[in-house]
Amino acid sequence: MTSAALPSRTLPASRPRPGRLRSGELAGLGFLAPFLVFYALFLILPLALAAIMSLFNTSLVIPGLGRFVGLSNYGELFGDTFFWQAMWHTVLFTIVSTPVLVVLPMFLAIAIYRVRRGQWFFRLTFFMPYILPSAVISLIWTWMYEPGYGLIDGTFHFLGLGAPGWLSSPHLVLYSIVIVTIWWTIGFSFVLFLAGLQDIPQNLYEAAELDGASWWTQTRRITIPMLGRTITLVAVLQVIASLKVFDQVYLITQGGGGPNYSARTAIEYIYDQGFTSQRVGYASAASLVLFVVIMAISFAWLAVVRRQEKGV
Amino acid sequence: MSTHAVGGHAATARSASGTRRSGDGRDRLFRRSVTGVVIALALLWLVPIAWALDTSFKAEPDTIKIPVNWAISHFTLSAYSTDFSASDIARWYINSAIVGVIVTVLTVFAASMAGYALSRQSFLGKRVLYVVILAGIMIPPQALMVPLFREFQAVHAINTYWALILPQVPAPIAVFIFKKFFDGQPIELDQAARIDGASWWTCYRRIALPLARPAVAAVSIFTFVWTWNNFLWPFLAATNQTMMTIPVGLGTVIPGTGITNALQMASAVLGALPLVMVFLLGQRQIVEGVAGTGLK
Repeated sequence: MTSAALPSRTLPASRPRPGRLRSGELAGLGFLAPFLVFYALFLILPLALAAIMSLFNTSLVIPGLGRFVGLSNYGELFGDTFFWQAMWHTVLFTIVSTPVLVVLPMFLAIAIYRVRRGQWFFRLTFFMPYILPSAVISLIWTWMYEPGYGLIDGTFHFLGLGAPGWLSSPHLVLYSIVIVTIWWTIGFSFVLFLAGLQDIPQNLYEAAELDGASWWTQTRRITIPMLGRTITLVAVLQVIASLKVFDQVYLITQGGGGPNYSARTAIEYIYDQGFTSQRVGYASAASLVLFVVIMAISFAWLAVVRRQEKGV
Repeated sequence: MSTHAVGGHAATARSASGTRRSGDGRDRLFRRSVTGVVIALALLWLVPIAWALDTSFKAEPDTIKIPVNWAISHFTLSAYSTDFSASDIARWYINSAIVGVIVTVLTVFAASMAGYALSRQSFLGKRVLYVVILAGIMIPPQALMVPLFREFQAVHAINTYWALILPQVPAPIAVFIFKKFFDGQPIELDQAARIDGASWWTCYRRIALPLARPAVAAVSIFTFVWTWNNFLWPFLAATNQTMMTIPVGLGTVIPGTGITNALQMASAVLGALPLVMVFLLGQRQIVEGVAGTGLK
């Protein structure tokens, strides 16, 4: 809208000659050019390359595309139990972590929002882990889970609770990593909820106070319903982030995907295919499938948000 | 906005409830127990960091005592000095700093110019380009690592700064932030300058950009932290130890150093330190940046 306003308002004074207009057009594209070059080379081109290579048996160690194989990479992928296993781990990780990463930070934000003294302490404590690199998180938690000597495993030993094999049991390892992820990323949702709380009009609470509504009733009847949009936002962002989970899983399982691949996620499967097995064509097909899933969820969310905004 | 306003609102909320006559005992008990749970959780949240610090100050034999305990019988910084002498961590710091700074400068430069064009200038195909850039916000770069690697492999640029830096520059979200910011700026200043014969570049460089300092600060801090922490792409692009960044070195080299618990935790602390400092300096921008995600 501003861009439309500018030329119409400036036209009489600044554009005495029609030649001026064309230079304006060029200037616009010129300003966009640096960004567009990066965008085209490192987001669009890889996407196109993935689509092309997924139709070839491209190898990591042989230059060029290799032999055209049609859709056979996709055919193989859909019959590949390891691919579905990895997709399932990703989905399981998402299903287990998302509810906790929505409910717990919401609870924390609501509780802390009303704390008057020392609020900075809570904000710092819950937010700080989020800005640390995955490698630091993974080092710390690998040591926490270390059999016998780590704080968690050692404490279990000390209390006579036995050794559940936090990172060595195929049934447990993914959940151990979910715990790490909750600790690491809770600050992100927490801050979104704090921002959401700020948008709730204070007079709603004042009215409720006058009616003698308890804090719990206010929370249940005013705060949580008013946070609806934030809850959707947090849930969707968590789902999208979980589908891309790689760093902490790869690092904590030390690249092995856990015992019997019991914690290998979709991105790690793509990595294994593309870099360990050197099957770039096949890995590209898997990348595109994951890409389509993530984009579909993003667009579905966008459609929901659009409708919510129109409804208001 | 967020930090101060949160405090302010909390205070009003408190004073509102303070004037309340019905100091309902059950309600108060409930609120007290909620606060108790939150404090307990906060302490629990600090434990892993405290444990890492504790271990990093221990002598190695102290770290494998049973039962597990916090006591430091002999306080030492030897794990830290060993880290610097035995690993390439100093080199990784330098690489991370080089990559982080250059990516940040290029991102701010490219994204603010693009945002300015989309906000102020009119040209053919503007609408389409804007939609294309917006859609890019949703592209998951992780799913494109294999073809991206192939690109850099083809030009023999793996294990170079080019590979580490360039793919991290296109951040469609940064363009969006700048466009929104320029949209909110008064257009009259640019108009006046244009009438006086100033070029678009002068308008952008001398008027719009200096006024956009808050957006520049937010995008810079965010880009820097994101780039510094990024693991997957640098992990693929730097296989040579001398080209690694901090997360790649800490993630792949340090765990392979055998049973050196104190050293590993010293590395973790060293890896965390720069971010803690950046966070303390730019707390507001970081928190606001996160809070602004998707809220628009």
